[in-house]
Amino acid sequence: MSNLILLCRRRVWLTAALLVVMVASAACQAVSREAALPGGQSAQGEPTTLVLASHDSFAIGEEVLAAFEAEHGVKVQVLTLGDAGAALNKIILSKDAPLADLFFGVDNTFLSRALAADIFEPYSSPLLEQIPDDLELDPQHRLLPVDYGFVNLNADSEWFAAAGIPLPQTLEDLTAPAYKGLFVTPNPATSSPGLAFLLATIDHFGEDGYLDFWQALKANDVLITDGWSEAYFEHFTVGSGGAGDRPLVLSYSTSPPADVVYATDGRTEPASVNLFLPGSAFRQVEFVGVLKGAAHPELAQRFVDFMLDAPFQSDIPLQMFVYPVNPNATLPELFTAFAQTPPEPVLFDPAAIEANREHWVQAWAEVMGQ
Amino acid sequence: MRRLPILALYALPLIFLAVFYLYPLLAILRVGVGGDDFAAQAAAALTSAALWRLLWFTTWQAALSTALTVLAGLPLAFIFARFDFPGKRILHALLTIPFVMPTVVVAAAFMALIGRTGLLNSWLQRWLALAAPPIQLEQTIWLILIVHVFYNVAIIIRTVGGFWGNLNPHLNETAMALGAPPWQVWRTVTLPLLLPSILAASLLVFLFCFTSFGVVLILGGLRFATIEVEIYRQAVSYFNLPLAALLSIVQLALTFSVMIVYTRLQARVSRQLRGRRPARSQRPRNWRQWGLVIGALVVTAVGLLAPLLALAVRSFTLGDQGVTLLYYQALTENPRQSAFFAPPITAITNSLLYALATLAISLPLGVISVYMLAQPRSRTAAVLDPLLLLPLGTSAVTLGFGYIVAMGPLRTSPWLTPIAHALIALPFVVRTLLPARRALDQRLQMAAATLGAGAWQRWWTIDAPLLTRALAISAAFAFAISLGEFGATLLVARPDRPTMPMVIYQALGRPGLLNYGQALAMSTILMVVTALALLAIERFRLPGEEEF
Repeated sequence: MSNLILLCRRRVWLTAALLVVMVASAACQAVSREAALPGGQSAQGEPTTLVLASHDSFAIGEEVLAAFEAEHGVKVQVLTLGDAGAALNKIILSKDAPLADLFFGVDNTFLSRALAADIFEPYSSPLLEQIPDDLELDPQHRLLPVDYGFVNLNADSEWFAAAGIPLPQTLEDLTAPAYKGLFVTPNPATSSPGLAFLLATIDHFGEDGYLDFWQALKANDVLITDGWSEAYFEHFTVGSGGAGDRPLVLSYSTSPPADVVYATDGRTEPASVNLFLPGSAFRQVEFVGVLKGAAHPELAQRFVDFMLDAPFQSDIPLQMFVYPVNPNATLPELFTAFAQTPPEPVLFDPAAIEANREHWVQAWAEVMGQ
Repeated sequence: MRRLPILALYALPLIFLAVFYLYPLLAILRVGVGGDDFAAQAAAALTSAALWRLLWFTTWQAALSTALTVLAGLPLAFIFARFDFPGKRILHALLTIPFVMPTVVVAAAFMALIGRTGLLNSWLQRWLALAAPPIQLEQTIWLILIVHVFYNVAIIIRTVGGFWGNLNPHLNETAMALGAPPWQVWRTVTLPLLLPSILAASLLVFLFCFTSFGVVLILGGLRFATIEVEIYRQAVSYFNLPLAALLSIVQLALTFSVMIVYTRLQARVSRQLRGRRPARSQRPRNWRQWGLVIGALVVTAVGLLAPLLALAVRSFTLGDQGVTLLYYQALTENPRQSAFFAPPITAITNSLLYALATLAISLPLGVISVYMLAQPRSRTAAVLDPLLLLPLGTSAVTLGFGYIVAMGPLRTSPWLTPIAHALIALPFVVRTLLPARRALDQRLQMAAATLGAGAWQRWWTIDAPLLTRALAISAAFAFAISLGEFGATLLVARPDRPTMPMVIYQALGRPGLLNYGQALAMSTILMVVTALALLAIERFRLPGEEEF
């Protein structure tokens, strides 16, 4: 019996020691394994790992990625860091100890913030020659354009036909009694398409006039949701599968083809159409850049080339539902048929956006929140 | 010398909190406070009426939400503690599901039920022939309060109900035999005994509502913002780290003062129970008891289960195909050959693995902490107690940025996920175990020690069986917290290791009915997996428990 007690008493020691060892070894294992990741060829001859950081919407085709990995004998690891704003902020915060070799997903609304933080290494990719100049917003090539898209209104054409109401023709129409309670748009303070639309209205109505327009929209029962998902899936008549009651939504010019790609009834034409009201479509350009202090700067540059080249560019439309910047990319038929590009999109100066974002949004929130 | 192993054990929770909470938090606050214009911004913010409005709203909505949650939870806690009825175990597991559901999905479920075009409104409009929908809760404080109750009522049911089940019914019976009417028995016997557990559960609910983010943003519209929402705006939208740091500090200070009040109250109401003999729950004995049970369960079913059911039904009926498995099938297909495609089984496995790792971290640390806290007049305990709770009242955005700044190579490690989950789970484990640990009769331990039993043997044969019920409850919480990925957005995500909530968010990021349907289908799978996991945890019993 006393032996047993002795054993038991010793077990407290053992348990304590075991716990410490367990926790420590787990931590060490995790640290050493992860430390090996960006650190190049390890002793066992595992391939180098190139780390790409991005926002949550990043997507890429399996075969396209595998081709790059095979060509360069590397493994590409993708890290996603939240929405576009959160992802960029995390990259800026990790400036001294970079999380990745390169970062994809800075858009023109965040371009100034990204450049001011001085986190990207300039790289004049030879492929830039193929890309239209008006998309290259950073002359020093620290950030290179990869894709672009348009934030604009979508309408449920069947709903309007059934109701016998013509589609709105101008932004001002949205404030007319006929369109009362029909429009839903995400909050510019928390959603990037929401911000894009706010910027479009600032461009169209001027800094002195945009708040009056929003005041009128509010009087006309516009619905503001927190994010794009809620606006599109809960309230838009098409996106919600009939449960919502708003036939006008702020979305993207590529949403109609997505509606066909992800249809459940085998439809070949979208139920929603693009509405290019003058001054309402905002152009978003997304950029990639090699991070300063990258573990594999050369490989990161190869990946930038790869992202600008035709195979990846042709993969973009149906993976991320945006347009490729490289005109040599092939567009899927759905895009050419239903994802029209607006005639005169709003091109906003990135520096003005970063300088005024907070007070424009605050002023807007004050008008809308009362 | 004999104290050394104990001290080593006791150091573990402190080390854990220091490394994974205090260090990253201080690192990011230093970045913010070290900003050029921190002093100027702080002075301006602290004197602005907007800040005080923000604090006031955050506090009263949390207090009101907590009060409502307690009111809604107590009757259910009572019924689960005292009565046996068919389907009890399953219902108990179902009631915890809301806890793990992503806010976006819950918001959609509530809209489907009580939104302007929701089920309830369309019925009422048809029956009463009304032109306008009679229930208009969208973007009102009522909806925020309702959803806070929906999310948190499981905390009251589980913690208070678990404690209630351990109360000795003899005290009540004695009081009644002495002629006390039921109300007086409740007021003078039951309530005082339950108070420590009610207070502990209320504190957890309060902290959750106090740092509420998604619910307020998604359901509150533009008119409502908590401190947490404002921290997010400042940190993410405007990248104003000095102001975000200031707000985080204010939030921490408030959390801290709430905890001081709590500790005072707790010390006043806490009492040791002697001669415990837990009651066995029994079938309702007469029509009044049956009426009570059935009535409460019907109300619960409508309030808590209807939104979940609405979600599940929509995952089979979205669009106009009638009943379809289309969305479940779509989850298993990868038509666009996306590199990060994960079939549901992979997402389920990943989620379960993270949850198991969270259990493995938080349960041992929780048990150790509880023994430390239960020591009379321990100075370490005085530090550990508030420290354990602080993560719940800390801004997730701030801590997430702290991880990025301070965690070095661990930042991208899959280990950080269960560690972050454990940080949130630990307060639950501790608050659930502590009342049970305090109620342990020390005389049993002393008797065993006199008879020569060693520390470990005493723990395993005396304490462990008596703590089993509380352990199972805390394990359920830890598991649920991990499955629901609390504060997941603060971590660096690895799309090559997708979890169930990650698949849901991915699907919600793209237009098209098929994506929405997949999000609903994966949410339904998440509900089922959660319910099954909780049922399994509740079945777990330590050997020897039956003897008590």
